[in-house]
Amino acid sequence: MSQAPAATAATTALPAHRGSGSTADLVFEHACRAAGVLVLVLLGAIIVSLFIGGWQAFARFGAGFVTSVEWDPVQEVFGAGVSIYGTVLTAVLALLIAVPVAFGIAFYLTELAPEWLRRPVGTAIELLAAVPSIIYGMWGFFVIAPLMADPVQPFIIDTIGELPVVGALFQGPPFGTGLATAALILAIMVLPFIAAVMRDVFLTVPPVYKESAYGLGCTTWEVMKGVVLPYTRASVVGGIMLGLGRALGETMAVTFVIGNANRISTSLFGPGNTIASLVALEFGESELGSLKLSALLALGFILFVISFIVLATSRFLLRSRLKA
Amino acid sequence: MNRRSLLLAAAAVALAPRLARAQGAQITGAGATFPNPLYQKWAEAARAGANLNLNYQSVGSGAGQAQIRNRTVDFGASDAPMTAAQLAENNLLQFPTVLGSLTPIVNIPGIAADQLKLTGELLADIYLGKITKWNDRRLVEANAGLTLPNLAIAPAYRADGSGTTYVWVSYLSAVSPEWKEKVGVGTSVRWPAGTGARGNEGVAGTVRNTRGAIGYVETAYAFQNHLVTTQVRNKAGTFVKPVAETFLAAASNANWAVPNFAADLVDTHGANSWPIVSPTFILLPKNPTDATRALNVMKFFDWAFNHGAALATELDYIPLPKAVQDAIRAAWLAEVKGPDGKAVWG
Repeated sequence: MSQAPAATAATTALPAHRGSGSTADLVFEHACRAAGVLVLVLLGAIIVSLFIGGWQAFARFGAGFVTSVEWDPVQEVFGAGVSIYGTVLTAVLALLIAVPVAFGIAFYLTELAPEWLRRPVGTAIELLAAVPSIIYGMWGFFVIAPLMADPVQPFIIDTIGELPVVGALFQGPPFGTGLATAALILAIMVLPFIAAVMRDVFLTVPPVYKESAYGLGCTTWEVMKGVVLPYTRASVVGGIMLGLGRALGETMAVTFVIGNANRISTSLFGPGNTIASLVALEFGESELGSLKLSALLALGFILFVISFIVLATSRFLLRSRLKA
Repeated sequence: MNRRSLLLAAAAVALAPRLARAQGAQITGAGATFPNPLYQKWAEAARAGANLNLNYQSVGSGAGQAQIRNRTVDFGASDAPMTAAQLAENNLLQFPTVLGSLTPIVNIPGIAADQLKLTGELLADIYLGKITKWNDRRLVEANAGLTLPNLAIAPAYRADGSGTTYVWVSYLSAVSPEWKEKVGVGTSVRWPAGTGARGNEGVAGTVRNTRGAIGYVETAYAFQNHLVTTQVRNKAGTFVKPVAETFLAAASNANWAVPNFAADLVDTHGANSWPIVSPTFILLPKNPTDATRALNVMKFFDWAFNHGAALATELDYIPLPKAVQDAIRAAWLAEVKGPDGKAVWG
């Protein structure tokens, strides 16, 4: 907000420079503007082409496409309900696991860890972010899923699964794959993004603020809660949203471990589906111009809208917090 | 200087075989993934044997059908046959090249390969979610002599759309009216129970990881990876093992005298027939704009029929019976006409 007057000053100052007849400046200005506009045009073109491609499905099933849990390629009945449910559920669960751990990592690296340890751990986290998602998928399928299938899930099913209300969330056969495993893999995948952003923004807090707080006799936790977090809140939420965005759109890793079933299961160990994995799996055998292909493009459009809502919500949350 | 000339020489040596290859006639095809390993082998052998260069892209049956409709390739390939109406509309000739088979695979403690006996009805009810335990009364009755554990059945299926799934559900539909009514046939269906995995390797991995799991894969894949296969009861009522003799029996017992060669090899007659066998098809334009390329496609498959049987058997595919191959050559002669109206083949 405070930058607005400076920006107008800069633009009004430009014509004065133009008087010097420097064409290079002009070319540079237009090139930069073209680059900026290109992003908007690309974004618009993608949304429009997805919508046009999915129009056949939207026209056929109406608004019910979003809520219907049917996905029957034989009868040509398609609905996005199951995959939207799976997408949102796994992404939110992944954040529930990843955010506290990421906060712990960032807190440790900026406040508690000895100097010599900060660099190696920080680099290791950045390396985790660079691992291709197919690697996470294979690792999840060949290492994590068998572990979940043998000791982890049977143990939880026999203990927590027996409880009256929460038990329903932890029942069913222990396949190893399923919504919970997918959420776990997603959590590991988004963890480095969130942790890296948090660490970087924690480092931006001016030392003098923290020193003043320590001088007043605050504990490390009180400094974190009262000084560092309020100072960096906007960026921390931004980092979490970045992670959420990646979790919503992740395809390959999820496809390996989610179980790929078009049913809504009450148990977290049950198989499910996400929009991205369903599209990836069904695309190859969808004929050009078929209703199924249209339904897949419509799913892509819905994923776009969900991502947009997530971003818009984060902006809105940040704005109201900044005002208060 | 020296280094540069060395590099040039190395490049020439590397490129020489490519240039030599490029001299053969080029043909392009796209589609089914199931016969892809064999088509690649045939392509390699035909390069030397028939001076034909096949560039085959395994993009999936659906994409293969779309590409030959738009005539962007010389031929399309599909695991599922196209309907007579679709073929007529797009002016395509359909013919099979080779047969493949599917086999159930299981992971039950104490059960070795080809010990478990399953019937079509049992398989359908397992995949419908109606039989949920391995010690179900009906399974125990079919398997006198085996001790089946009290273990939950975990059915695994192909999550990606595939010709393999098409053949599998065709079989379940053929043997179970309930499956036919509730689920039906397609390259992907609405599975009532179980968990999905990507590709043959995904299904095999899920079955290997999960105690009590059952899945279905191409037999070649099951053999190469030493998976625990089962016996299946055929239409004649005998339990047969997934071995070369039962596949060949199914191929020779099938009724090939059907329009467009769309023979149904699922649940065929014959005392020794393996019940889950399926042909894979080629789609060829009946009115090619370039007669030479169409002729080269036919020459390629003619060469494959004459010389490719050993390669097919090696990769656990089943070669077509001789009579069917002759019928295909007759169809080429009768139906594929060049721009001048004359037969391309012959």
